[in-house]
Amino acid sequence: MKNAVNREIPDELLVDGREVFQGSNYKDNTRYTKVAPSVKMRTAHIDSKVLPTIRDAIKAVGFKDGMTVSFHHHFRNGDYVVNMVMKEIVEMGFKDITIACSSLSSSHDLIADYIEDGTVIGLQTSGIRGKVGEAVSHGKLKTPAILRSHGGRVRAIEQGEVHIDVAFIGAPTADCLGNSSGKGGKSDCGVLAYADADARYADNVVIITDTLVDYPNMPASISQTDVDYVVVVDEIGNPKKIASEAARFSKDPRDLLMAEHCAKVMEATPYFKDGFSFQTGAGGPSLAVNRFLEPLLIKYGIKMSWICGGISAPSVDLLNKGLAECIVDTQDFDTVAVDSVHNNPKHFEISTSEYASPSNRSAFVNKLDYVILAALEIDTDFNVNVITGSDGVLRGAPGGHPDTAAGAKCCIVVTPLIRGRMATVCENVVTVTTPGECVDVLVTDYGIAVNPKRQDLLEALQKTKLPLKTVEELKDIAYSIVGTPDPLPFKERVVAIMEARDGTVLDVVREIDAIK
Amino acid sequence: MLLKKPAMAGTLESSDAQVTISPKEGGVDVEIKSSVMYQYGRQIEECVRETLKNLNVDNAYVKVVDQGALECTLKARVECAAFRSAEVDNGYPWGGAIK
Repeated sequence: MKNAVNREIPDELLVDGREVFQGSNYKDNTRYTKVAPSVKMRTAHIDSKVLPTIRDAIKAVGFKDGMTVSFHHHFRNGDYVVNMVMKEIVEMGFKDITIACSSLSSSHDLIADYIEDGTVIGLQTSGIRGKVGEAVSHGKLKTPAILRSHGGRVRAIEQGEVHIDVAFIGAPTADCLGNSSGKGGKSDCGVLAYADADARYADNVVIITDTLVDYPNMPASISQTDVDYVVVVDEIGNPKKIASEAARFSKDPRDLLMAEHCAKVMEATPYFKDGFSFQTGAGGPSLAVNRFLEPLLIKYGIKMSWICGGISAPSVDLLNKGLAECIVDTQDFDTVAVDSVHNNPKHFEISTSEYASPSNRSAFVNKLDYVILAALEIDTDFNVNVITGSDGVLRGAPGGHPDTAAGAKCCIVVTPLIRGRMATVCENVVTVTTPGECVDVLVTDYGIAVNPKRQDLLEALQKTKLPLKTVEELKDIAYSIVGTPDPLPFKERVVAIMEARDGTVLDVVREIDAIK
Repeated sequence: MLLKKPAMAGTLESSDAQVTISPKEGGVDVEIKSSVMYQYGRQIEECVRETLKNLNVDNAYVKVVDQGALECTLKARVECAAFRSAEVDNGYPWGGAIK
């Protein structure tokens, strides 16, 4: 059956109430009943939940074959927790495991081995990269992987589409009863936003920390009320890879040109007034938009009311200069952001549900004015792909892209027209991760295209000197430089399902052989 | 043009292609490694064959290690490798003799 972004979704996937994507607001104002975890009561006095080893915790929760385990990705490429726990589970002889994590990074190649040998049979994630992406794309995972946005993941947990048996939550600091924080310790990641839903909805919650602190560890991101056990290990991550050095603006003139054009697009739109809200991705040109916004804010004497999302130095800089009232933070990319969320009372930690979930009564993204996002590919229907590479292999992460694009009044995608010999602006993206109806403006180094459904924005931009083109013109320029690409030789079998944030099927990813 | 020895042009930098040409009998054999093999492998081979044909090279073994080079880059690397292989070091047909 074809869905609203013109993708053929195989009927055999449309079972157990699963529907095809029918537009971003298809489920708006519908009602559902939240699921609840099965929780172990503790009526007696308790001095400590600390167990000596991860293996003891796996035993204590009554781990069985076929269970679903979850992890968060606040430690990014520096994460040790996923591998540490999965190694133990596999060595104990458990099989048929499903991993339901907020994201996976290139530090999780070990999981590819467990997919290949069949101990891991299911994977639900936002990000998928490295050998895990290759294993799934080459058909090694027993069941199709399910790919979701950050908000979509919280929704799937709340609606019971994924039931977490055991959440293993890495925490930079924790106390003996499990009050846990992203702040302090050896592996400081700032916030624990992604783990919030896991702690609230998993049947069993195990905190893994390398820094046990005095009780009570307050304020806590994860409460002791949700925690069954605490395990102390030597290291939960590599601090150098958890938070990078302060993010710097790109010096690439192409990035800077596009960033400047993004800022000028914003300036020309009606929402650019005192108190607007803003989110930007962490990519080169996206991040550099901050640099060009600052003089505009000063020129007009206006400031932002709040900045949202994954945070790095440029956002903190705007807060510290008084050009933004506050930051609501779901993830910290650099040490500047980590320090700020510790020390600046105007820099708040929020949960991923508060950030982006479509299944609560309103997430922050739904009140965004502007979001600046990147793309691996964007097609003439403005559909964006941020998950599959030009070889058809999974190597990306929708993250908050679909959530912010859907919620913001003005979603600007910024990307160079071509990367190497890859046409970023193309006829049809390999995989739709964000539907084109949510994308309003496309800024490239060869010109700016406005989604035809946003005639209001087009009229506003026509009053400027910005180089406007149609998206078809941009695609033609791209193909004139790199040539028209041949279609990728996908096989029949579906290896991954790309869910829209409301849980409908936006696209599927099919099996493909490795390039020889 | 008669190839005399193995010769190479280009680098393994991103957006470049490294082209190696060796003399051989019985037609043109092309071996391609490319990061964009699926989408452009066919066009890369066509470009190599056409460029050699324009140079009147009928017998060659060509190995292309492509890092996403544009067609103009690939063409230039093939031409350069062919001239080096044929030990031609002057009188290049600059400015578009080779279409």
